[in-house]
Amino acid sequence: MSLLSNTGALLGKEIRTEFRSRELLPTTVVFIFIVIALFSITLHPTTSESQRLGPGLLWVAFLFAASLMLQPSFLREQNNDTLSALRLSVSDPFAIFFAKLAANTLFLLLTELLMLPFFAAFFNVHILSVFPQLVLVFFLGSLGIAIPGTAFSAISAQARMRELMLPLLLLPLLTPVLIASAEATAALLEADPALPLGALGILIAFDAVFLTALWLFGEYLLEE
Amino acid sequence: MVKTVFGAAILFVMIVVTAYLAFHYAPIEKTMGVIQKIFYLHLPSAFSSFVALGVCFYANLRYVFTREAKWDWLGVSAAEVGLAFISVVLISGPIWAHPVWGIWWTWDARLTLTFVLWLLYMAYLLLRSMLEDPDKRALFSALFGIFAFLDVPLVYFSIRWWRTQHPQPVILGGPGSGLDPRMRVSYLLVWAAFTGLLVLLIDARYKLEAMRAGVEELRREAEVR
Amino acid sequence: MPAASPAGIRFENIDKRYGGLYALRRVSVEIAAGECVVLAGRNGSGKTTLLRIAARLVRPSSGSFTFLDNKKNEMVTGPQTGFVAHATMVYDELTAEENLVLFARLLGIAEPDKRAAQLLEEVGLAERRTSLVRTFSRGMRQRMAIARALLNEPAVLLLDEPATGLDPQGVSWLAGTLRTMRDAGRTIVMSLHGESEMSALGARAIRLEAGSVVADTQTGASLNSILTFAGA
Repeated sequence: MSLLSNTGALLGKEIRTEFRSRELLPTTVVFIFIVIALFSITLHPTTSESQRLGPGLLWVAFLFAASLMLQPSFLREQNNDTLSALRLSVSDPFAIFFAKLAANTLFLLLTELLMLPFFAAFFNVHILSVFPQLVLVFFLGSLGIAIPGTAFSAISAQARMRELMLPLLLLPLLTPVLIASAEATAALLEADPALPLGALGILIAFDAVFLTALWLFGEYLLEE
Repeated sequence: MVKTVFGAAILFVMIVVTAYLAFHYAPIEKTMGVIQKIFYLHLPSAFSSFVALGVCFYANLRYVFTREAKWDWLGVSAAEVGLAFISVVLISGPIWAHPVWGIWWTWDARLTLTFVLWLLYMAYLLLRSMLEDPDKRALFSALFGIFAFLDVPLVYFSIRWWRTQHPQPVILGGPGSGLDPRMRVSYLLVWAAFTGLLVLLIDARYKLEAMRAGVEELRREAEVR
Repeated sequence: MPAASPAGIRFENIDKRYGGLYALRRVSVEIAAGECVVLAGRNGSGKTTLLRIAARLVRPSSGSFTFLDNKKNEMVTGPQTGFVAHATMVYDELTAEENLVLFARLLGIAEPDKRAAQLLEEVGLAERRTSLVRTFSRGMRQRMAIARALLNEPAVLLLDEPATGLDPQGVSWLAGTLRTMRDAGRTIVMSLHGESEMSALGARAIRLEAGSVVADTQTGASLNSILTFAGA
C-alpha cells in the first residue's frame, strides 16, 4: 500500500500496456527519425556545422516527439474511466503520477538511444567514446521533459484542442532543459569531450523542483 | 467608482508630468542619443510585468487552497495586464537595439527570459480559453500558473550559465552608472507612475471579470428555470 | 462473506455547482448502516453526482459528507467503499486476472492473486480469467466492474445504474448478488432507472429531481410513486 509499491504496480501496468498495444514506441521512434533526417537534408551540414547545430536539432526533435508521446498518458485513462478506479484504489495519488512519469521517462530514453546511431550517421559525429555520459545527459533531460509533460497531460486531456495544447504548455516551460541538454550533448561531441557540470546542475535542479511541485500539487490535477 | 475615477485622474496627471520629465527635463544621454529615452518606457514596464507575475502566482496559490472565485479573477487580471507590459518590453527593446547595435534581436539572458515569460503568460491565457467549465478552468490554469512561475528562475539561471559558455556583448545593459540626477528623478517618478498604472489596470480588469462571472451565473440560472 | 463493520452515510446540506449550474442543491440525507437504498430520478437529477461524492471522487461545493458507525456517530477512519459506475473502470488491454490483481495490489490486499481468483470465481468469470477484457460482452464487463468493487470487502457499496445494458439474465444475476450483499449486512446505495427486479431489493427509496430530494419513503412517500416516473 505504500507509495513505492503502488508505483511499482502501476509502472508494471504502464509497461505491459505499451508492450501489448505497441502504439507509442514505434510511432515515436519513426517520428524522431523523420525529423532528424529532414533536418539533415535541409541543412546538409558540414562536419564543423554538425557539431555546432546537431545537438540543438537533436533535442528539438526529442521535444517535438515527446509532446506527441506524452498526450496519451492521461488520455487513455479516460477510456472506461479507469482514472477513477485508480483514484479509488491507491493510497497516495502521487503514485499515479510517479508511475506514469517513470514510464514516460523510460520510453523517451529508449527512443532517444535508438535514435542515436542514426543521428551519428546523419550528422557525422562520434558517440561511442562518450556513450555512458550521453546516456546520463539523456536520462536527466528525459526526466525533465517527462515530469511537467506528465502533469500537463492530465490538464490537456480535459481541454479542447488538446493536441496543440500540450506542446503549447510544455515547450516554453522546457527552455532550461533544452538549453542545458543541448549544451551538454554538444560538449560531449566535441573533439575534446567534457561533461559540463553546470548543465547537469541545471537539469538536476529542474528535475528536483518540478518533481516536488508535482508531489505537492498532483492530487489537484486529478480532481473531477 | 469614485475612487477609481479619482485614481485614474491622478495617474493621468502623473503620466503627463513624467512624460514631460522624460522627454524634456532629463538630459539626452551622450553616447546613445535620444533613443536612450525609450528606457523610461522599457524598464518600468519590465518591472511592472514582474510585479504582475508575482501577483498572479500569489492568486494562483490562494485559489488552489481556498477555491474562491475572486482569486481566479485576480489571477487572470494580473496575467493579462502582465502580458501587455511584457509586450511593451519586447517591442521597445528592439526599437532601441536597432539604431544602437544594428540588430533587432539577440538571445541574451534578459531578452530570452522576457520572451519565455511572454510565451508562458500566453500559454496560461490560451489554456483558459480551452477549458469550458469555470471551476476546472480556474483550477487548472492556477496549477499551470504555479508551474510556470517555478520555471522562471530556472530559465534565468540556465540562460545565464549558457551565456558563460558563449559570451556575447550584453545588450540593453542597465541604464548605466553615474546617472545624471535629473535622469534619476525622472526614472523614479516614471517607475511610480507605471506601478500606479499596473494597479489601476489590474483593478479594472478584476472588476470586469467579477461582472462577467456574475452575468454568467445569472444566465445559467435563467436557463435552468 | 461477512461484511466489515457496517457503516452508514450522512449527507448534510450538500451543494455541488458546476459553474453556475447546481447539480445538487441542499441535499441532506442520512442512510443507516446496513440499509439498502434506491435512488430514483431522471437523467441529470443529481444521482450520479451524489454517488460520486459518496465515493469521494467529487468534492462538494459546500456541505459535508461523513460516514457513520451503527450508532450513528461519525467514523474516524473511512470504511471500505466499493463503487460501480456506468463505465466499467477496468483496463481493456489487460486480462480479467491482471486487472483484479493490479487493483488488489494497489489496495494493499495481502495475497492479491488469491483474492483475484476468488472474486473471478464468485462473479462467474473464472474461465475467462486470461482473456483480455476487451473481448468481453457488456454483461461480462459489468461482472468485472462488480468484482473490482468487491476486492476490499467494502462495508458500503455504491452503484450507479448498474443494470444498464444487461440482458434479463444479467439483471437476475446482479439482483441475486446484491441480495446476498444486503443480507450480509452491507450498506447499499444504488441509483436506478426503474427496473423492477432490482428495485425490489431496496427497503427505502429516495427520489431526486433537479438536484433536490423530492420524496423519501422514510418520510412517508410510497415506494411505487417514487419508482414510477414519466420520461425515465
